[in-house]
Amino acid sequence: MARAVTTQRKAINTAFAWGVGLLIFFPILWTILTSFKTEAQAISDPPVFLFFDWTLENYAVVQERSDYMRFLWNSIIIAGGSTILGVIIAVPAAWSMAFVPSPRTKDILLWMLSTKMLPAVGVLYPIYLLFIKLGWLDTQIGLVIVLMLINLPIIVWMLYTYFKEIPGEILEAARMDGATLKSEILYVLTPMAVPGIASTLLLNVILAWNEAFWTLNLTAAKAAPLTAFIASYSSPEGLFYAKLSAASVMAIAPILIMGWFSQKQLVRGLTFGAVK
Amino acid sequence: MGRIQLKQVKKSFGDVTVIPPLDLEINDGEFVVFVGPSGCGKSTLLRLIAGLEDMTDGKIEIDGQDATSLPPAKRKLAMVFQSYALYPHMTVRKNIAFPMRMAGMDQAEQDKRIASAAKALNLTDYLDRRPGQLSGGQRQRVAIGRAIVREPEAFLFDEPLSNLDAALRVGMRMEISELHKKLATTMVYVTHDQVEAMTMADKIVVLQAGVIEQVGSPLELYRAPRNKFVAGFIGSPKMNLIEGAEATKHNAQTIGIRPEHVEVSTTDGLWQGTVGVAEHLGSDTFIHVHGVPGCDPMTVRVGGEIPVTHGDTVFLTPNLQHLHRFDAEGLRLA
Repeated sequence: MARAVTTQRKAINTAFAWGVGLLIFFPILWTILTSFKTEAQAISDPPVFLFFDWTLENYAVVQERSDYMRFLWNSIIIAGGSTILGVIIAVPAAWSMAFVPSPRTKDILLWMLSTKMLPAVGVLYPIYLLFIKLGWLDTQIGLVIVLMLINLPIIVWMLYTYFKEIPGEILEAARMDGATLKSEILYVLTPMAVPGIASTLLLNVILAWNEAFWTLNLTAAKAAPLTAFIASYSSPEGLFYAKLSAASVMAIAPILIMGWFSQKQLVRGLTFGAVK
Repeated sequence: MGRIQLKQVKKSFGDVTVIPPLDLEINDGEFVVFVGPSGCGKSTLLRLIAGLEDMTDGKIEIDGQDATSLPPAKRKLAMVFQSYALYPHMTVRKNIAFPMRMAGMDQAEQDKRIASAAKALNLTDYLDRRPGQLSGGQRQRVAIGRAIVREPEAFLFDEPLSNLDAALRVGMRMEISELHKKLATTMVYVTHDQVEAMTMADKIVVLQAGVIEQVGSPLELYRAPRNKFVAGFIGSPKMNLIEGAEATKHNAQTIGIRPEHVEVSTTDGLWQGTVGVAEHLGSDTFIHVHGVPGCDPMTVRVGGEIPVTHGDTVFLTPNLQHLHRFDAEGLRLA
């Protein structure tokens, strides 16, 4: 009997999990479906789900009207650059917090995280002015730096959690073996933390890729990434849902594919340290 | 040369002093064991010598040179950790090569030393494996190999056998002792296991609460423990400590008699008691006797088999030649 109850519960849990999963995925699915509809079908009432005339016309129009590759390239540079720069800064920071903590380390970590609670718009004005002064408006470097700073607390936190899992004795052994601080981080700590660093990289690429507030406010044309590419289709000239959807699919496709292939790594990375 | 001198070495964590000022001399080529109960400061003391922990006060000299402010790598010491502390992402070969690589040694010399260490430690067949693919004993040998290739002035061992099972522990104990004979390098070894201390050491340092209770050869400590703590700590099973009227008869606050120095008879003897538990090991029998005045239970060790069991009445007679006497402070009386 006990077994039957367990199986039943399992089934309910599974159904529930699928339900939640589909609910989260539905907007993406709907966007993908809409991107293959005509503009008329896209706003038809009642909405059509699967039975419509599938067309690639929206993609052709979007491709024709905007320089997709330029936006894509900017996204790659901004997401990749900010993540790599962030990790370079965060590895030594997380090392010191994990292995030579001071009485204030916990406070610093919390303070860093608290900066994420500040509404971004609250600092838009000073950052905007700073960007004008530095000549960084609508530049890749400006966005790389601002997104790196935005995501740095998360990178440091994640790396700190991974590093905490590495036994301190191994680093002490390296010190006894004559490793300098640099060699210790380079040859011992980093290779051991590769799974953690990889999932940190992945998550931050995704966060930076999807970041819209700063990318929209600090770019115009030259350095605009894919978020700006999507936004350009929800413009004052009226809403073209099908084209907007096609642009969205083109914008999220690279990151979706990357996420799909690295989901194992991501899940492992995000639950690391939580189950031990 | 691997002479280590500790002069008024003190360690505090905040307001808590874990090692009050302490002096100790470790001679070149000696096998010194720090032994004591958990939390007695023995590992901290080893880490101070290694340089992994900063001293609060005092001075450490290695070969007459002040090493107090030298970083660990510059002290010419090698350490073997309790958890082995191998680099999991490197093969055995790379693990062993790591300290030489850090020292910038040329490849040919590295290969030569790796080969010789691997041969000495029976690791030749495992050089291309990763630590995860090795057994506990093999991992510990890799850790020792990594220490050997540096040709250090002294080896520091921090409870290196406590993660191994009993059978392996005995084997590794012998291997480390043999290694010491072969290399004749100073070894400082930390353990809480007094059997390890007795079997391996040239010199034992008994610690309690950061204080050195006694320093001496294993047999010195066994024969003439300086106080009740050392008397109870060294020797297995523990020395029986008797207080009250029996002790007063010998003009002492406490008297001590080791289990192997008590004769057992079923007919007559000085003390009468009842057998609580009799442990028959074949080679020996340990009998725990209740009802002896001033000591309950009293443990007795008898060579070979003796047919006693729970509830039997036995008579015990201590061998007075081996009686230890202690005063009210617990110090040994002459």
